Amino acid sequence: MRNSSLVHKFSWVFSDPVTMADKVVLLDTWASMFGMRVRIALAEKGVQYEYKEEDLRNKSPLLLQMNPIHKKIPVLIHNGKPLCESAIIVQYIDDVWSDKAPLMPSDPYERAQARFWVDYIDKKVYDTWRKMWRSKGEEHEERKQEFISIFKQLEETLSDKAYYGGDKFGFLDIGLVPFYSWFYTFETYGNFKMEAECPKLVAWAKRCMQREAVSTSLPDEKVVYDYVVAMKKRIDSEK
Amino acid sequence: MAKDYGEVKLFGVVGSPFVRRVQIALELKGVKYTFIEEDLKNKSDLLLKYNPIHKKVPVLVHNGKPLAESLVIIEYIDEIWRNHPFLPQEPYDRALARFWSKFIDEKCLPPISKASFTACKEERDKGTEESLEALEFLENELKHKFFGGETIGIVDIAAGFIAFWLPAIEEAVGLKILTHEKFPKLSKWSEEYTNHVVVKENLPQRDKVVGFFKARYASIINASK
Repeated sequence: MRNSSLVHKFSWVFSDPVTMADKVVLLDTWASMFGMRVRIALAEKGVQYEYKEEDLRNKSPLLLQMNPIHKKIPVLIHNGKPLCESAIIVQYIDDVWSDKAPLMPSDPYERAQARFWVDYIDKKVYDTWRKMWRSKGEEHEERKQEFISIFKQLEETLSDKAYYGGDKFGFLDIGLVPFYSWFYTFETYGNFKMEAECPKLVAWAKRCMQREAVSTSLPDEKVVYDYVVAMKKRIDSEK
Repeated sequence: MAKDYGEVKLFGVVGSPFVRRVQIALELKGVKYTFIEEDLKNKSDLLLKYNPIHKKVPVLVHNGKPLAESLVIIEYIDEIWRNHPFLPQEPYDRALARFWSKFIDEKCLPPISKASFTACKEERDKGTEESLEALEFLENELKHKFFGGETIGIVDIAAGFIAFWLPAIEEAVGLKILTHEKFPKLSKWSEEYTNHVVVKENLPQRDKVVGFFKARYASIINASK
């Protein structure tokens, strides 16, 4: 389920690999929050790369070769060497292209906290969303409350800062903001409004969307919703 | 002895592989710390204050500032105390070290648990198959004396569970996963790691660990009847 205008949206990142010293390829799918993290990091650093859209129901030989263990996207291929796991890839990007736009906090304790919270997001958000999405009745209500409380916790962690990085946009902001493109989907399936539950978080997300690296990396939330609706129909019909 | 960068406290329990990871990290660097034993059935107010999110051990408190999650803590320790580095300098190797540490927690530990602490044969078989698959990847990754090269690194510290706790579980529940035949390199590494001069002083007593797992397994079997 692909939107070709989105492929065009990312076409500005296509470059001629022959003339470049660094060859960077990103294996991804347009709706993946984890892939978006990597896109944002590369854009913040101004790194030219080739974007390759994967069909997760028909994974390419390249993906299976580059990520034989998890067989997942995103995979960053830097001069032929693969990197997997979005949080690890973003830290790698920060390490390699260290001359511009530092993504990790400069203080070690703040860095550890950022890693802790990205780990929290990874452990909690997507799993709880899937359980909420696939459940009905009382179980759905419980999952929904659990889901909202995760975002309330993340909002509390932000407190009154402009970004999670303080006055600087950084690793934890990158870790969370891609989920903003899924808010409409979450809200519609969960029957709640993120703005009502977590107004500060929504304000933070909109602030992040002012950054070109973020706005060019996230798809439109309605397009995401249509994709999820189609996916659910397909899953339900395959039962 | 490591440089003094202030007060370090470690909240934990002696039997936990995750707590021991952090303890081994501190000991390898020669960092002075106070170990505060927790009762997990009756968690202290201090622990709940320092780790309100997960309410688990280990928690490291450095100059009053708390940190949770063993791998996050180890990276922090590595950044403050620069002797005996646990992560490589080179960015790609760093990324690989992080990848394999995460792999151990996400792909090795869960199927080992699934295979061990169940009364259901199907679960045990499936868990065993997944564990063997995961350990095969680790076996192929081991190219030197340790995952960290000639010295212990973060992947070795993370894999301590496989070196010490897995054989104890196997004995307790009657499972065979980490065998010399299937995993010659990993088996040899296990011996090197658990006999390392610092590591061996910071592991729990084996018979206590086996006893703990035996009791846990027995209660699962009883519950299933």
